[in-house]
Amino acid sequence: MEMKEFEIQDHKDTRSGFGAGLSELGKTNENVVALCADLTGSLKMNAFEDAHPDRFFQVGIAEANMIGIAAGLTIGGKIPFTGTFANFSTGRVYDQIRQSVAYSNKNVKICASHAGLTLGEDGATHQILEDIGLMKMLPNMTVISPCDYNETKAATIAIAEHDGPVYLRFGRPKVPNFTDPNKKFEIGKADVLREGKDVTIIATGHLVWKAIEASQILLEKGINPEIINIHTIKPLDEKAVLASVSKTKCVVTAEEHMMNGGLGDSISQLLARKAPSPLEMVAVNDTFGESGKGDELMAKYNIDTPDIVAAAEKVILRK
Amino acid sequence: MEAKELERISSQVRRDIIRMVAAVQSGHPGGSLGCADFLTTVYFDKMDIDPNNFTMDGVNEDLFFLSNGHISPVLYSVLAHRGYFEKSELGTFRKLGSRLQGHPSPAKGIPGVRIATGSLGQGLSVAIGSALTKKLNGDNKIVYTLHGDGELQEGQIWEAAMYASGNKVDNIIATIDYNHKQIDGDIDDVLPMGSLAQKWQAFGWEVLEMDGHNIEEIKATLDKAKTMTGKGKPIVIIMKTVMGQGVDFMMHTHKWHGSPPSNEQAENALSQLEETLGDY
Repeated sequence: MEMKEFEIQDHKDTRSGFGAGLSELGKTNENVVALCADLTGSLKMNAFEDAHPDRFFQVGIAEANMIGIAAGLTIGGKIPFTGTFANFSTGRVYDQIRQSVAYSNKNVKICASHAGLTLGEDGATHQILEDIGLMKMLPNMTVISPCDYNETKAATIAIAEHDGPVYLRFGRPKVPNFTDPNKKFEIGKADVLREGKDVTIIATGHLVWKAIEASQILLEKGINPEIINIHTIKPLDEKAVLASVSKTKCVVTAEEHMMNGGLGDSISQLLARKAPSPLEMVAVNDTFGESGKGDELMAKYNIDTPDIVAAAEKVILRK
Repeated sequence: MEAKELERISSQVRRDIIRMVAAVQSGHPGGSLGCADFLTTVYFDKMDIDPNNFTMDGVNEDLFFLSNGHISPVLYSVLAHRGYFEKSELGTFRKLGSRLQGHPSPAKGIPGVRIATGSLGQGLSVAIGSALTKKLNGDNKIVYTLHGDGELQEGQIWEAAMYASGNKVDNIIATIDYNHKQIDGDIDDVLPMGSLAQKWQAFGWEVLEMDGHNIEEIKATLDKAKTMTGKGKPIVIIMKTVMGQGVDFMMHTHKWHGSPPSNEQAENALSQLEETLGDY
């Protein structure tokens, strides 16, 4: 099988991609400022802090205040990037984001690490699986969930050029880094990673690599899948999804997020409105996570490579 | 500007408040009336602003954030009389399609409003952010805010208070509308807060106090506050006011926090407030 384009360059965490992108923005865009709520090391923001101490704001364990300060920093032309865990970036400060950022349409970039189950041992208090839903419901908000180090770095750089609120979601563990490091990140543009004809697999975040792994297994079983990386959940590249579904006639979505409110939810709405088709969703089904290793949790909560394979086989039978 | 002239403006502002909330039978007259003297003085006598050329960034201008957004009628009236927009637009308050939303918002582009407020406790953080940007930009103008006393029950206020003093955000002058009232009653009955002055001092702020209905005192206190900026500490003014000030039956009660007067009550109220600049 031809999978050359997906050679693993190395294993890196997506949060380090954010740190690298932010560091580069520090050099290239003097309006970029950064805020952190006592998780500078975890968010990999140290390089920016060291290079630009005057443009870095340590706010302490006070996320609501951080979001408000970020909204205020835009008044006068700054481009603030806030950094904390995804749970504290969204659920904890939903009303602050809603009023001071989204409704006020401020140019704040909410950058969220340790999203989903792969945060691991800290357990369900920290494993937010609702953040994409929370953020995509907000008018004016762009929601981005890149899949590897290179893409996260490119996305971080790209959102500085986008005028408006952005939620950028990434994670903790080291995962395969496989996308082209020189590829320009285009907000709102789906990335067709592999063309196929039997089933469309649409994945986001850490599940993109798992979709690639699944496609190898499916090919061995004689199933030819199309794989789409949706790094921008909102605005959704409806055209790309519909074009693929018109060919394959069935869809699997895969994400490290709750089924309610996630990528699969967005795709199902689109299909119901414009191209009713069988759909299987690989996502966490209405339950909290628990402590454990990231890999163990992905398997236990059925959002792993074998789950994508099984979903693809099932959805094809429903055509 | 002379105190007499400021008083004439605030009388008209109070008339506008009554007429605006009565016209749509909704809105918050009590706190609005109580802050009319303060907002008039800040906007007409103290802030360095360019109302005819409003920009969101407000570079080289003083900024004002109304954190207790529910007293939007007083803000809108003062903004209109100060020249941000035509006073005839006050007649659209809270009506479908209006730029004058129930709570202030930049969403429909009303000049003079830079952030949405209404959900309480967020304005101080936003003001601090804008004050930090002024410092980064080498802009030595001042950021003013107004907060309700009940609003201080929101935890985010104290996160912001801690941040501002800890990081020497000394280009901000916050004011507390200390009228002792909130929707459910007296603040001491709803949630006693003890000494506000001691709380702000303990959080590292310079604390001033003033009578919010004595325009000479408002002027002098704001002047004093301005001389205290740039010295490493944020400044807060605890402003004693009477909710409903200027309309006898609305004073000294929380009843008019968020309730509009009937037409008859509005007529009674307007008979107590001199029309000085012409009704909108």
